[in-house]
Amino acid sequence: MPGRILLLLGTKKGAFILEGDAATRGDWSLRGPFCDAWPVMHAVGDAADGTIWAGGGNEWFGPAVWRSTDRGASWTHSGAGLSYGEGEPPIRAVWSLARAADGALWAGVEPAGLFRSIDGGTSWQHVEGLRAHPSRAHWQPGGGGLILHSLVPHPTDPKQLWVGISTAGVFHTADGGATWQPRNSGTRCDFLPEDQRYPEYGQCVHCLVMAPGMPERLYQQNHCGMYRSDDGGRSWTSIEDGLPSSFGFPAAVHPRDPETLFLLPLNGDSAGRYVPDARAAVWRTRDRGTGWQAMRHGLPQRDAYFGVLRQAMATDPLTPAGVYFGTGSGAVFASADEGETWRCIAEHLPAISSVETLVVPG
Amino acid sequence: MTLVLLPEALVRLFPGAPRRVELPDAATVAAAIAALDARWPGMRDRLCDGTPAIRRHINVFVAGERARLDTPLPPGAEVIVMTAVSGG
Repeated sequence: MPGRILLLLGTKKGAFILEGDAATRGDWSLRGPFCDAWPVMHAVGDAADGTIWAGGGNEWFGPAVWRSTDRGASWTHSGAGLSYGEGEPPIRAVWSLARAADGALWAGVEPAGLFRSIDGGTSWQHVEGLRAHPSRAHWQPGGGGLILHSLVPHPTDPKQLWVGISTAGVFHTADGGATWQPRNSGTRCDFLPEDQRYPEYGQCVHCLVMAPGMPERLYQQNHCGMYRSDDGGRSWTSIEDGLPSSFGFPAAVHPRDPETLFLLPLNGDSAGRYVPDARAAVWRTRDRGTGWQAMRHGLPQRDAYFGVLRQAMATDPLTPAGVYFGTGSGAVFASADEGETWRCIAEHLPAISSVETLVVPG
Repeated sequence: MTLVLLPEALVRLFPGAPRRVELPDAATVAAAIAALDARWPGMRDRLCDGTPAIRRHINVFVAGERARLDTPLPPGAEVIVMTAVSGG
């Protein structure tokens, strides 16, 4: 696959782009800050046409989705329709973006809710069915607020979507958002009394991803454990044995192998939330979570007190797959060999909220 | 005529928008913002949330007093839009 590879970074002070040669993935150049240095929670790209969207929110001017059709050289922005209406709480920020199979764009926001755009992000419509779910009165804000942070569209059926809400859990729609079902069976809530730890909803999902080529296989990093589902989230199995911690934020799937997953466990929710023993490692499974291997070569192995947020790790579609993560301390680490070796390709950036990849023609 | 003074951080988001805007007399702050939005679509979303209200970290002053959307504007009013202290 020839061309250029772009790493799209959402940070606390704008979006940035790290650009390199897709053939070598060796030299990277940084551009930015974009989006007028607004906090950007998530930036995504469409490989089909090269469009980039960045979602965020500014304390002064509210939520917006920014768009660039020239690889970041120029941007427009819109918040049109990003409102729950009169008397409802204002939306603080856009947290997550994803493209549906029919080309529509989904946006997850804070406070938790879902919006859809059918004009490429120029205007937005509230998907009311999710907030109409009877469980909503019981949704609780997590440490990052009451946020809809994970959007997992079905790859071929535009009416199916899984979302992750902190702290409400995973929900699924099969009718384009009109009705929703909780999909949390088997994921636990260590923060509830012992006899209430497996509720229908209320779990603190941190990151939800789908295995390539297997729409029924989902992986979930949770505040309380790591899980796999092979039935579209109807039931979940713990796959945390062998990991150094049950706590972490990001999960990233391989572009082609549904058995491979990359995680970046942190030391625990009340232990500082940095990499265990201050030694950085990406943990990889090649057998859908049965066993785990720490990938450390090239990563800091002493005095590393950083964390990595839920949307801040990604893979690229190249062969072998590249893996990337951005830290809360503003560094980006890259592996061009599926996690075997790593190097730091940027540092001193603002706190990184998200990392995504985009491969475009040269 | 209503005179509206806009903050630098806002006009940066709307290419061509000046810091100083002269509008036909507007009856309220909401009407002045609607007139701004007609010239620069999307400007109302940046200044107001959907409740509807002026955003929490935006201050609008009329005759030296903090104003709300329904604050009336006398003929010839000067409306100052400012960004409040915010961020980190």
